[in-house]
Amino acid sequence: MFAPVYLDWNATTPLDPVARAAMLPWLDARFGNASSRHEYGRQARAAIDEARARVAAAVGAHPTEVIFTSCGSEANNLFIKGAAALMKPGLVAVGAIEHPCVREPAKQLRRGGWTLREIAVDTAGRIDGDDWKAVLEAKPSLVSVMLANNETGVLQDVAALAHDARTIEAWFHSDAVQALGKIPVDFRALGVHAMTLSGHKIGGPLGVGALVIDKRIELAPLIAGGGQERGLRSGTENVAAIVGFGVACEHATARLEDEARRLAGLRDRLEAGLVASGMRIFSAEAPRLPNTTFFAADGFDGETLVAKLDRAGFACASGSACSSANPEPSHTLLAMGVEREAARGAMRVSLGRDTTLADVEGFLAAFERLTNELNNLTAMAVQS
Amino acid sequence: MLKFPIYLDYSATTPVDPRVAQAMIPWLTEHFGNPASRSHAYGWEAEKAVEDAREEVARLVNADAKEIVWTSGATESNNLAIKGAAQFYKGKGKHILTLKTEHKAVLDTFRELERQGFEATYLDVQENGLVDLSVLKDAIRPDTVLVSVMFVNNEIGVVQPIAEIGEICREKGIVFHVDAAQATGKVEIDLSKLKVDLMSFSAHKTYGPKGIGALYVRRKPRARLEAQMHGGGHERGLRSGTLATHQIVGMGEAFRIAREEMKTENERVRVLRDRLMKGLQDIDATYINGDVEHRVPHNLNISFAYVEGESLIMAIKDVAVSSGSACTSASLEPSYVLRALGRNDELAHSSIRFTIGRFTTEEEVDYTIDLLHKKIGKLRELSPLWEMVQDGVDLDSVQWAAH
Repeated sequence: MFAPVYLDWNATTPLDPVARAAMLPWLDARFGNASSRHEYGRQARAAIDEARARVAAAVGAHPTEVIFTSCGSEANNLFIKGAAALMKPGLVAVGAIEHPCVREPAKQLRRGGWTLREIAVDTAGRIDGDDWKAVLEAKPSLVSVMLANNETGVLQDVAALAHDARTIEAWFHSDAVQALGKIPVDFRALGVHAMTLSGHKIGGPLGVGALVIDKRIELAPLIAGGGQERGLRSGTENVAAIVGFGVACEHATARLEDEARRLAGLRDRLEAGLVASGMRIFSAEAPRLPNTTFFAADGFDGETLVAKLDRAGFACASGSACSSANPEPSHTLLAMGVEREAARGAMRVSLGRDTTLADVEGFLAAFERLTNELNNLTAMAVQS
Repeated sequence: MLKFPIYLDYSATTPVDPRVAQAMIPWLTEHFGNPASRSHAYGWEAEKAVEDAREEVARLVNADAKEIVWTSGATESNNLAIKGAAQFYKGKGKHILTLKTEHKAVLDTFRELERQGFEATYLDVQENGLVDLSVLKDAIRPDTVLVSVMFVNNEIGVVQPIAEIGEICREKGIVFHVDAAQATGKVEIDLSKLKVDLMSFSAHKTYGPKGIGALYVRRKPRARLEAQMHGGGHERGLRSGTLATHQIVGMGEAFRIAREEMKTENERVRVLRDRLMKGLQDIDATYINGDVEHRVPHNLNISFAYVEGESLIMAIKDVAVSSGSACTSASLEPSYVLRALGRNDELAHSSIRFTIGRFTTEEEVDYTIDLLHKKIGKLRELSPLWEMVQDGVDLDSVQWAAH
């Protein structure tokens, strides 16, 4: 079986064996509907409660603050649309480098009379202090800024931003999907009102996410029906995925410090090699996730390189998975003021719990070889 | 060897078929890619698996794969269909129509649309649970934009006249949505013949995993919807959000098995259900809820008069079933479906929904018949009302003293 070295951990993660083991019984003999009153149902209900406690503990929240959804995108939609639906239309301010599943729901609010304002980032990809001040003066009712960017890995000072938002009584939401399991994420300490998590980004299964939310915020549910998740998210609960999510959260946060240090070491080695090959690392000077490197070189097309790397046995990404069918250059880089041509060459390598030093060195060797080949082709073309 | 409790609650959820679990495992282990990752083999193979499963779902209902949109389940599909269509067509009109007996996922969504300014009509059904087509026709107005009627009712298993309703709606240019969550693998669904515009599917009611469903969106003539989940543009913009490969593969496999085995399975299930029905009907004062003929072979919903509902459920703990009561946090509400059939509260509370399925055995059915006979007998012995009935008293004529 052709199994490239996987270097695209920000797109999705292989399921943690511990999480898988916990899930399997719920795809087997323990199949009950958690709303059923008999033993099969009660068993499922107990498993969900346990998972909820695990997810809450992993992020310093109370179990009653955790609402399970089918994915991170849904949690972002639920907060943005759900909170806005019960508020007077006002201003919604969203970071310029948010994932489409935050940007697009925010855009939808305009149909209900809301105004949308992007919060600019600086050339390093951090929220621009002056623009943030201007945004605060415009008194937004809702603000959303991601904790960690999926492409560059850049971290925002969400605690400070959330603090500022509270002074103007705005609800502050943060998409923490990429941050969970890579850096400490503490709902209470961050002081955000709401936070989005995703199972498949931390060694949990696809098909589950969560919105962690201050209970004082009223939300109109996105999905109506049988009243599950205290009426905030109807639909038969996906017990197996929820169980897997809980275990994955617990496991990832338990090893966080050591793992972050290990990954940072590997990433530094990787970046040293890339820089030596003449690559430009985006946001190198900003605080970043320990596992992510987003880089480019003049004259190289990211798509082409990434395809060649896959054939050479290394799976990485050009831009985020969600938009990798879209030939547009990275939205994040454009917001940082990077020129379109430079952005076209952008590639992302993101590491994870299975990544070894050998993987990194293998990648660097292949990368060097492929870029040399491409350089030679270009040189030959120029000659002829 | 009987395993307790005996599971006779297949309409609440079904076990994942071992073949489905088998098909899912590789996608929970070494084939873990995000189907939207276009840059490597992990993503491509996941995408292929998703498209193969989409074909299987389409095949079960004789639709085109391009007409299948993945969702997280039938509840979400119902929300997407109903809100999506109503919002798209609200320029044409603000009236929406459904039945009182629909699943909460439909009723609650209708109520939400009412809060948004739509006018909703919730039609009564006949005593057999079926909608009267002339009543439906009369309820349609010039400004009706959406009709939603479930294929198979989850509580009483009756099958609505979907083909006829489709004709009526198409003729009037009204979008017709059908919740088919309880129908797949139980009744023939041919979307090349049925004039249905939108149809909701659930995996976990058809031996697939929980957390995955689909919405059929007709292409000819084109059914239009406003997306409800926005983001990366997945499912051609109709439903953004990372696709869960293993769940989708599971649903595909479940629907393939349903297509291939429905005929023989239905026969086997019908024999077992009829055995159960015969065995229970010889208990006095029992009433079958819902039409017996226009009904899926899996469902037996039966009321036992003069038996207190909660005691009944406690007494038959050996069997996992659903009762005619829904537990809300403070109270026990009688089933609104049974009330819609004309059953009074007591009778609604004293009803049991037995739904059998792929793994139900004759031994389990016989045990259940025995158990019910024993327990109903005991409970009635303790019932003063039963005593009065035995003595020939007409309970309706009694003047009950207030306390």
